[in-house]
Amino acid sequence: MTQPLLELRGVNKSFGVVHVLHDVDFAVYPGQVTALVGDNGAGKSTLVKIIAGIYGRDSGDYLFDGEPVAAHNPKDVADLGVEVVYQDLALCDNLDIVENMFLGREAKKGLALDEVTMESRARETLASLSVRTVKSVRQSVASLSGGQRQTVAIAKAVLWNSKIVLLDEPTAALGVAQTRQVLDLVRRLADRGLGVVLISHNMGDVFEVADRITALYLGRVAADVPTKDVTHQQVVELITAGRSGSLGIAENPETAAV
Amino acid sequence: MTVNSPDTTPPPAGSRVANSDFSGDNQQAATLGDAVRSYANRVRGGDMGSLPAIFGLLVLFIIFSLANDKFLSTLNLANLITQSGSICVLAMGLVFVLLIGEIDLSAGVAGGVSAAIVGLAMTDHGQPWWVAALAGIAAGAVIGVAIGLLVANLGIPSFVVTLAFFLALQGVNLKLIGQGGSIGIDDDVIRGLTIKNVPVTAGWIAAVVLVIAFAALSYNRHRVQVAKGLAHDPLVLVVIKIVVFAAIILGVTALLNTNRSLNPVFPIHGIPWVLPVVAVLLLFWTFVLTRTSYGRHLYAVGGNAEAARRAGINVGMMKISAFVICSSMAAISGILSASYSGKVSPGSGGGNVLLYAVGAAVIGGVSLFGGRGRAVDAVIGGVVIATVANGLGLLNQASYINFLVTGGVLLVAASVDAISRRRRSASGV
Repeated sequence: MTQPLLELRGVNKSFGVVHVLHDVDFAVYPGQVTALVGDNGAGKSTLVKIIAGIYGRDSGDYLFDGEPVAAHNPKDVADLGVEVVYQDLALCDNLDIVENMFLGREAKKGLALDEVTMESRARETLASLSVRTVKSVRQSVASLSGGQRQTVAIAKAVLWNSKIVLLDEPTAALGVAQTRQVLDLVRRLADRGLGVVLISHNMGDVFEVADRITALYLGRVAADVPTKDVTHQQVVELITAGRSGSLGIAENPETAAV
Repeated sequence: MTVNSPDTTPPPAGSRVANSDFSGDNQQAATLGDAVRSYANRVRGGDMGSLPAIFGLLVLFIIFSLANDKFLSTLNLANLITQSGSICVLAMGLVFVLLIGEIDLSAGVAGGVSAAIVGLAMTDHGQPWWVAALAGIAAGAVIGVAIGLLVANLGIPSFVVTLAFFLALQGVNLKLIGQGGSIGIDDDVIRGLTIKNVPVTAGWIAAVVLVIAFAALSYNRHRVQVAKGLAHDPLVLVVIKIVVFAAIILGVTALLNTNRSLNPVFPIHGIPWVLPVVAVLLLFWTFVLTRTSYGRHLYAVGGNAEAARRAGINVGMMKISAFVICSSMAAISGILSASYSGKVSPGSGGGNVLLYAVGAAVIGGVSLFGGRGRAVDAVIGGVVIATVANGLGLLNQASYINFLVTGGVLLVAASVDAISRRRRSASGV
């Protein structure tokens, strides 16, 4: 197996007396979709926020390209090329697609905005992701469907030559056809060599696009397995009970509970 | 998730997005017919811009010209333009605060205080007009910083902060000027802003240069967009816009350059100086709002403050800056108003001045809910409000009618805003 693009080793995190993450190891490989699954409260969001640099770690290492890096705030992480697409998308309805994709990082020509460069680059990025569902890059985001918004949010993350994209529940609010679009896009991102992390509750989505599955159970990694080695049933057991046959947390899960 | 439209419903007919190929989008609105259709769709969807204001202006002109034959005289139209100057400037300032979804109720009296400082600097301290004007604008900026800090850092709703400033600043004005007193403005330049005119030739030259510059910039933009394969309007539409712009600019210039004096011995002609002042401010703020990253960030904060924050925009600083711009523009508005009346009194900027300006901005198409509006909307709305005031004045109505009509106009404008907002979220335009 190739070297992980991003790796967390032995990460612990507590909020006051609540020990949320116990010695979590997590790896993201280039060109692969890693699904992060777990029940509510398993620590998925906390782990994502640690990767994004929003939360600090109590202990543990953050490795990028095999090298330990000091990633302690969102800016450090963004500089590494890690982009997070949050569930609530963070798009401005009153701006158009180009304006949203470049928000906060506008191209400038002297004092004025360089609309020509921005529109061309936005267009190239969307085209390179084979996004065919958007009528014009100058239409306002308010006029887009849920799937298209998700597409724009993902394209915004890809625009900056990012190496890793974390997607937090990208299909949670989408219909069937739009889920299809987004999953296709997720697959294309990985095919371009990016490391993709997909946080999802939907086993169908996970089995469709993920290469690896990391299951969290009460703040511990229950399993980190290639998708082809496990069944739907096993993953559900890992999520709900922390173990499934030979897989999962060996000891009594009670000790893991907070 | 904050997705407004349910995902299972088909997209509205206006935006056939599902099957069209992305690479086909440079052909978007390739013909005039397409452009008209897409505009009609936007209007139907609630994105009306200044359409209600332009419609309202037409109706008002028809009503007032029927009711009083002096209304359409060149003297009155010139007076109307002069009157609207201070409202337009104040409304332009308010656009910035409204864009981020806040309100500044104190802008009118902030203008009054600034005008009082300008007057005192010239009369009591013998300063030249430009020092006085700068002092007045600086005073406005300081008021804006104070309001902005309270809103952005303490998190007090701007409604409450500016209501407090509305009351307190009237006290400041009373203290500066003194009970029952007033400060005369007789400086040649400041007073001249509204009573003197640009020489006829200079006015024509400026108007023609403006039209040529607009035409050149519009055409060049279109050319670059076509060359790079970007989204663009059809050439016909660009030409129509240039023609309409030229007609308005040259028409107003022609109107103001004809002799409008009732007394044949003293001809009055030329553009009142206040008009170029408003025009320069309009051009400047339009550039800032549409062509700079500052303007872009302002819209972003008004559209989705959380998204703006995640994009690395300092939302607090954006808020403070919006209040500073608003209060500084209020100061300029106060100076124009003092120039028009020739004096500053303790009541300057109080009463319905602020409501006029808010009404102007909202009628022009600036949303009270933030994120939508242009500088030119404030000017169009300002002309509507000034027309109401001017027309009612000509009709010699009792002042209670004036208040009723102004209040009604503000309510109508706010209703239009609220309804179009609802239609927007329903149709997703």
